[in-house]
Amino acid sequence: MRVKRFIPLAAFALLALLLFKGLSIDPTALPAARLGQPFPDFSQPELMTEEIIGASALRPRPALVNVWATWCYSCRVEHPYLLTLAEQGVPIYGLNYKDDSEKARQWLAELGDPYRLNIADGDGTVGLDLGVYGAPETYVLGPDGVILHRHVGVLDEAVFERDISQWFTTSARVAQAGSVEGGE
Amino acid sequence: MGRLLCALILMSSSAWAVIETYEFSSPDLASRYHLLSQELRCPKCQNQNIADSNAPIARDLRVVLYEQLEAGQSDAQILDFMVARYGQFVRYRPEVDRQTALLWWSPVLLLVLGGFGLAGHFRKKSYHPEPELTAAEREHVNRLLEDRLP
Repeated sequence: MRVKRFIPLAAFALLALLLFKGLSIDPTALPAARLGQPFPDFSQPELMTEEIIGASALRPRPALVNVWATWCYSCRVEHPYLLTLAEQGVPIYGLNYKDDSEKARQWLAELGDPYRLNIADGDGTVGLDLGVYGAPETYVLGPDGVILHRHVGVLDEAVFERDISQWFTTSARVAQAGSVEGGE
Repeated sequence: MGRLLCALILMSSSAWAVIETYEFSSPDLASRYHLLSQELRCPKCQNQNIADSNAPIARDLRVVLYEQLEAGQSDAQILDFMVARYGQFVRYRPEVDRQTALLWWSPVLLLVLGGFGLAGHFRKKSYHPEPELTAAEREHVNRLLEDRLP
């Protein structure tokens, strides 16, 4: 009889816990379906050279694959940080998603080019195979070509240090980062 | 009244459906297109299906859906294609797996729990039956009732 009295309290506590946990869940976060799988193969022109490339061109690894477009405002926001990362020796490949190649080349000429190469994905087929649903998105490609992580939205230093830097703690990056800081 | 009716019509999801024309080679494909485009969920605008959404990604998925239907793919093949890229999230009726098990089974679980609760409630009552009246009490009750009734 005594125990029964506490059932409503226990039920309330359980519900409160559940709802409290719900507060911290981002409802727009989507699990990436391609995690743990190799980068889907493709056959698209490279943005600058217009040479047809496939997934094997994305070397060296580990690397970042950054989905961007000139119509995407947030891409302009994260662009300076991509330049910083590239300077630190992190290989970044671009997926120029549903964009006009001429405009994209102009953008890189104006703002600087952090990309080792760019997949020109004008009709978004590579993006679709990858499960992209907007720009910017950034994928981490492991040493064996497997997709390890996806970040949706602007990539900045806080996000990189928290979620991504673990795959790039090579001595090269640290040494280069040191020299960049020293040079400033 | 008319204004309310207008508002209701505007609020219904079919009124918001995107207007696009696809030429299907058979009416069967067209009806499958309608079913699947309402079953598939837009990854960008999360509480709309791809039939209703204006998001670019939803348009892309409608094009893919149309092309795959015309290419003779089965419903299962098309759903698999979408799930491989966007996860079970992309379906409004996801397959039962470890992640969606709770979603599918919680109604049954709640029903069973409720059933136990209800059974417990009624059994408790039968354990404490109303005490029988003694002969004197019964007579007293009858007298009271007779006084009340004309």
